[in-house]
Amino acid sequence: MATTETTASGIGPVEGGSVHNVDNPAPLIEAPRKRTKKSPKSTRGNFEMYGWLFMRLSGIVLVVLVLGHLLIQLVLDGGVSKIGFAFVAGRWASPFWQVWDLLMLWLAMLHGANGLRTVINDYAERANTRLWLKGLLYTATVFTILLGTLVIFTFDPNIR
Amino acid sequence: MATPTLEKADAAPEPGFADSPYITVTFRVRRFNPEVSAEAVWEDFQLEIDPKERVLDGLHKIKWDVDGTLTFRRSCAHGICGSDAMRINGKNRLACKTLIKDINPEKPITVEPIKGLTVLKDLVVDMEPFFQAYRDVMPFLITKDTNEPTRERFQTAEDRERFDDTTKCILCAACTSSCPVFWNDGQYFGPAAIVNAHRFIFDSRDEAGEQRLEILNDRDGVWRCRTTFNCTDACPRGIEVTKAIQEVKRALITRRF
Repeated sequence: MATTETTASGIGPVEGGSVHNVDNPAPLIEAPRKRTKKSPKSTRGNFEMYGWLFMRLSGIVLVVLVLGHLLIQLVLDGGVSKIGFAFVAGRWASPFWQVWDLLMLWLAMLHGANGLRTVINDYAERANTRLWLKGLLYTATVFTILLGTLVIFTFDPNIR
Repeated sequence: MATPTLEKADAAPEPGFADSPYITVTFRVRRFNPEVSAEAVWEDFQLEIDPKERVLDGLHKIKWDVDGTLTFRRSCAHGICGSDAMRINGKNRLACKTLIKDINPEKPITVEPIKGLTVLKDLVVDMEPFFQAYRDVMPFLITKDTNEPTRERFQTAEDRERFDDTTKCILCAACTSSCPVFWNDGQYFGPAAIVNAHRFIFDSRDEAGEQRLEILNDRDGVWRCRTTFNCTDACPRGIEVTKAIQEVKRALITRRF
């Protein structure tokens, strides 16, 4: 840019004469947020609304479930030292604790996954990065939910 | 300043001259000229200025007396047109409503263009994506059958009060360009568009509220709001922007259940 006939302001010696002209046009600045054909189409569904609502409602339920879980596992009746195969087997003999753990698993996983989805939407700028991060997230979520559900329903206390 | 210039020249410190209101302020302005460099740089300007003047007056002093290439927008210069929103000391404000004494003139005053929109030159940004989002929410009165304005559309004082706050918007983009979600994804409608949708959604005379709610129910609509309150802090008109967004969210939920 620093040719002899230009000043720091980019204006040449001739008053009003720019360094750019028809043959040497000024660089075109592409607006990064312009709505083009490639920008996502608007969605006409309630998915985002249900997602938002789910986060609030599952959050309230999870406060009870998780705090109760932590209290039972870590504080009451000898604390963490009591936890063993026998303790887990004893709890899962009752359908109440089966339902409690199943509900906690599903709600916590979906709540966390939806939260991470919004984080990815907010922070990952490139479409490809978003795609891969979300793919990884959904795979991990589905795997954990299925594995956990399988264990709760098929748990056999006489495994040995 | 009542002291005439002639007296100032010979008899140096006049009794009234000692308490001169003028102080030295450093303006640190973010300069960008795409015809010179692809990089934006900080440039310092030292000004003798009355601290009771506004940041806009400082910018005028620079443009008129120091460096005429400094580029910024301003129209009415009295906080109504919304042209001169800029990032002053890291916060979005109107340069014409910010007094120098209120923003610690002992330290350099930084002046940058608002974030999240393409900088064209110095403090001027491309507002088109912002106005695109504004147009998308249909910011005008829509009525179904009685399109002919044959009589006045009456409204009670309470009905008018319902959306009074959001009528104050001057479209300066201070809120939208302070929103971290908008910084990262310009597809988000942004607070200003939602505020202007709110103004018609809650207007008893308007009949297209459902349509506007449907537009804002979009993936890039109100549900992307993370309630960080940056917009409420930034609004030079004191609109409770985040509250308006939450009211639209609540309307969406209550009208569907």
